[in-house]
Amino acid sequence: MSEVLVVVDHVEGAVGKPTAELLAIAGRLGEPSAVFFGPGAEGAVDILGRFGAQKIYSVPDPALVDHLVAPKAEALAQLVESVGPAAVLIVSGGEGKEVAARLSIKLESGLVTDAVDVQPGEQGLVTTQNVFAGAYTTYSRVTQGTPIITVKPNSATPQPAQAAGTLERVEVQISSEAKAARVTERKPRQQTGRPELTEASIVVSGGRGTGGDFSEVEAFADSLGAAVGASRAAVDSGWYPHSYQVGQTGKTVSPQLYVASGISGAIQHRAGMQTSKTIVAVNKDEEAPIFELVDFGVVGDLKKVLPQATEEITKRKG
Amino acid sequence: MNIVVCVKYVPDATAERRFDEVDNTVDRAGVDGLLSELDEYAVEEALAIRDAHGGEVTVLTVGPAPAADAVRKSLQMGIDKGVHVLDDAVHGSDSAATSLVLAAAVEKIGADAPVDLVICGMASTDGSMGVVPAMVAERLDLPQVTLASQVEVDGETVRVRRDGDTATEYVEASTPLVLSVTDQCNEPRYPSFKGIMAAKKKPVQTWSLADLGVEPARVGLAAAWTEVVSFEARPARSAGQIVTDEGDGGQKLAEYLAVQKFA
Ligand SMILES: Cc1cc2nc3c(=O)[nH]c(=O)nc-3n(C[C@H](O)[C@H](O)[C@H](O)COP(=O)(O)OP(=O)(O)OC[C@H]3O[C@@H](n4cnc5c(N)ncnc54)[C@H](O)[C@@H]3O)c2cc1C
Ligand SMILES: Nc1ncnc2c1ncn2[C@@H]1O[C@H](COP(=O)(O)O)[C@@H](O)[C@H]1O
Repeated sequence: MSEVLVVVDHVEGAVGKPTAELLAIAGRLGEPSAVFFGPGAEGAVDILGRFGAQKIYSVPDPALVDHLVAPKAEALAQLVESVGPAAVLIVSGGEGKEVAARLSIKLESGLVTDAVDVQPGEQGLVTTQNVFAGAYTTYSRVTQGTPIITVKPNSATPQPAQAAGTLERVEVQISSEAKAARVTERKPRQQTGRPELTEASIVVSGGRGTGGDFSEVEAFADSLGAAVGASRAAVDSGWYPHSYQVGQTGKTVSPQLYVASGISGAIQHRAGMQTSKTIVAVNKDEEAPIFELVDFGVVGDLKKVLPQATEEITKRKG
Repeated sequence: MNIVVCVKYVPDATAERRFDEVDNTVDRAGVDGLLSELDEYAVEEALAIRDAHGGEVTVLTVGPAPAADAVRKSLQMGIDKGVHVLDDAVHGSDSAATSLVLAAAVEKIGADAPVDLVICGMASTDGSMGVVPAMVAERLDLPQVTLASQVEVDGETVRVRRDGDTATEYVEASTPLVLSVTDQCNEPRYPSFKGIMAAKKKPVQTWSLADLGVEPARVGLAAAWTEVVSFEARPARSAGQIVTDEGDGGQKLAEYLAVQKFA
């Protein structure tokens, strides 16, 4: 069975859930091998093995983390040349997609971005994508080279597996051209104690209808153990940080439950949440387009509805 | 600064978008198009840099005949001149092929005076892959400073803030480079009446693949490295249950969530 390379998504060594999901997908397609960029692979051996990584290629060269995108693409290209994997899987995020893009050109290999599923097929892997703000589902195949696929978080369920997780250190040559864009400073996002927006199974978002006070939205989110999101109107007004924006120019989320409160449901917002399994809205305007999408909607003032719901949920929990 | 700004002509996102039943490509003929909204931020950034540091900006688009609209709109906003790569062979091109054509066009534009900056939008509003800027950078062997939410140009140094997936990053590189900007970067201007009039006199060149020395066999649907095997419209969401708050809306919401096992 061929190896399938999974690029590990980690923050200073802490491995995120999307990586475990990719390892589960890789397990369907071949033998999962993790690729760990930057120092600290030793600390991740245990968790990567537990989710199915047979091998862990560690590429500790600090150039990989001190520069943007290009060195990772170079390192991956060298690894693909030497390993000959059946596919390369990368978490779909800003940097992941760009690494995949450069790699695709280097290897003259087909690239599929934002896949929500990858399955083995008779004529090669079949990837599933949601396009046009989720209005269509497409099934695609890579017809040239090594399939390079970026996969959205929440596209698979991590599978506990007892795999070897054998650490193998890899030396790569990083060109000086690839080191031309330097990361001079990195400010990690403030931790909120809530789940990561793109990984959460429940997301509660607030929009202009909050009037600038997100406390009802946050309290409701916390009663459900949810992540908090925001519309662009709320972000542009400075009410919530941009990193929480859901939509075309923010994050795409696909949780089990999405609650839109005080959000009208503009096409650009829908683009980021339309594939959520269950959609709920609270909006005081019964004509708001968001109601076209919902499984359950409350026409009412979120300032009254959300606190009452929060109280009721907390009471039920006992 | 010699700047090239890449813009795409896309189907209007508020119109219904569909797939062509014949070749599984995006049906661009059936709907009205426009300059991708996200590329307006690239145009604005190019204008701001030119106005602060001097130089000239060329707008570059690869697309069918109506894509000339995207060039015109950019010229109306204040860009100096335009290049439209128009060739039937381009139809159905994937990102890799598009980046090949864009890179060749940037090189041709740079034949007169070297290009210092290639500025792109963060993603096209139709395909929304956000990969073309990185691919163009790879093909031109240039550094990329992408997804910038804030840009500062200081001589040959470009510094940006990039709101990354897990951290805010500050990135810097020297020109020549490929820059892509997000919608956080600036506020695109509207074309003024003067701008609209001035645009009529600005030079626009139309180039074919032959002008760029790109083999037609390397682009288009047949050359794509991926293939859409099939597609389906997602089933419309069935009408949900809507209640009006009469003092118990929150309780009803809680009850629904409990029944659905979310709470
Ligand atoms: C290029 C581009 C990219 C964009 N990207 C994004 C994106 O990524 N994400 C995004 O969200 N938008 C994006 N937008 C903006 C989008 O078009 C909308 O403007 C935006 O989503 C509106 O946000 P909103 O729903 O919070 O505000 P509004 O449209 O103003 O809606 C507010 C809603 O709150 C309701 N309301 C008011 N008060 C209350 C109350 N007390 N209780 C309950 N309901 C109340 C109102 O009835 C209304 O429906 C983008 C736009 C462009 C042009
Ligand atoms: N056909 C095209 N012509 C000119 N620029 C393009 C074209 N396609 C993509 N781009 C540029 O690349 C960016 C990202 O596009 P994409 O990778 O398609 O999401 C866009 O914002 C444009 O700046």
